[in-house]
Amino acid sequence: MTTLVVAEHDHASLKSATLHAVAAAQKLGGETHILVAGDNARSAADAAARIPGVGKVLLADAPQLKSQLAENVSALVVGIAQTYSHIVLPATGFGKNVGPRIAALLDVAQVSDIIAVESPDTFVRPIYAGNAFATVQSKDAKKVITVRTTAFDAVAHEGGQTSVESVAAPSDFGRIQMVGQELTKSDRPELTSARVVISGGRGLQNGENFKMLEALADRLNAAIGASRAAVDAGFVPNDYQVGQTGKIVAPDLYIAVGISGAIQHLAGMKDSKVIVAINKDPEAPIFQIADYGLVGDLFEIVPALTAELG
Amino acid sequence: MKVIVSVKRVVDFNVKVRVKPDGSGVDTSNVKMSMNPFDEIAVEEAVRLKEKGVATELVAVSCGVAACQETLRTALAIGADRAILVESDAELQPLAVSKLLKAIVDKESPQLVILGKQAIDDDSNQTGQMLAALLNWPQATFASKVDIADGKATVKREIDGGLETVTMPLPAVITTDLRLNEPRYATLPNIMKAKKKPLDVVKPDALGVDVTPRLATLKVAEPPKRKGGGKVADVKELVAKLRGEAKVI
Repeated sequence: MTTLVVAEHDHASLKSATLHAVAAAQKLGGETHILVAGDNARSAADAAARIPGVGKVLLADAPQLKSQLAENVSALVVGIAQTYSHIVLPATGFGKNVGPRIAALLDVAQVSDIIAVESPDTFVRPIYAGNAFATVQSKDAKKVITVRTTAFDAVAHEGGQTSVESVAAPSDFGRIQMVGQELTKSDRPELTSARVVISGGRGLQNGENFKMLEALADRLNAAIGASRAAVDAGFVPNDYQVGQTGKIVAPDLYIAVGISGAIQHLAGMKDSKVIVAINKDPEAPIFQIADYGLVGDLFEIVPALTAELG
Repeated sequence: MKVIVSVKRVVDFNVKVRVKPDGSGVDTSNVKMSMNPFDEIAVEEAVRLKEKGVATELVAVSCGVAACQETLRTALAIGADRAILVESDAELQPLAVSKLLKAIVDKESPQLVILGKQAIDDDSNQTGQMLAALLNWPQATFASKVDIADGKATVKREIDGGLETVTMPLPAVITTDLRLNEPRYATLPNIMKAKKKPLDVVKPDALGVDVTPRLATLKVAEPPKRKGGGKVADVKELVAKLRGEAKVI
């Protein structure tokens, strides 16, 4: 039994999501291999080879893998899938895009977004925005799995030394091209791996007021997130969204500011260790799951909190 | 250009679901059912393509129990021209649904299939990608903007770090994200008109598709309850608690 983890990376280095996916893979038992599919991705492959407990790293290095398109990555994975019992990806934008394409080409089901491994064929996954946990057993010979990264502690990224083996990439799918990216630039920690997350909701009233959260985030070295309402209203870009269909976060400290607490938002943050809610409506559902609720005007509380932490 | 949209009947997003006491699943009897919100966005996008003159015919497809006809009528009321129900009482998992949709696509030969990125019941986020794989078509998932011109789709996609733009020649598969559009409400005259639009019913057997589930659900449980509801009086108390009690700052 050998598991192949499809690494998420930026060609130069591994994304932290990969370390969580490897953690889930190691819970399956058996050997773990990592595939780095990229363009000039040798240093990402070398990083993968330093993860302790990894049997082998496969590197597919080709220009057509630069954009990480699902068409090309899935064709590559299917080509080398034969010797693997499990194929594991992080349940990130990358993994969600690629995983089902691999599964369908192999004619197997995908088990999406697992939060626990019960046995090599049985997994727990949230359904209905996390309002129920389903335990599912795969009857397929091969299992394609995406992993909720917050549910598995990252493995160490240093300490091992395994070999990197080259594999050939299939030719370019050809009928799709990535022509541009608009990435949000930020010096802050990444939302899904930050120790502290501060999220703003409709209560912030406009995008300008998110600056207030930035001052607080500076004090706590926090990432900034948002509710769907704040993103839909155009206060902040889409990649800030925390929730059922946005990013799933589980930091040590989550501070919800002006967020009422819709089910779909709670689905994205309720596994946080400590939750603070700041809202003027004492009846807001967010208070039901908050460890520390503070009822009041966020425009007074947030600057006061920032000053108190100064 | 013909466009297919797929729609799923799900528990309405406002319903707080309950796990059945015997752990066999979620109680869906006597709860409000609606079209999956992401699929509404898919239907709306397709209708807009038709209004722009890009699409000429719009076919809505649903896979599931007979009651999915209601969901299809909603799609027809929003603006689909006709509908196909692949009727089955069996549990249809994403791989089976994508195979059923492929069989429909093989018959209908659309240039574009638009699906919601995810259904809010099983939260799988698989069917569109699987359909694209089975058809060997390009896929643009999590779309927040779609332009169709000169036989090509240019799609802005929501990715973890922001947005990315892909172009692909048709035929292709697109899955919708939240901010692609704001679906319209079906008007009463359109709801009346929708009742007269054609709705065909086919069975999985007739399409030659084996829909046997590949995943067995062994148990469905309530998630662990979070003990919340604590309050603090002011900022000073909050900071003291975060430092002394929770030790997170």
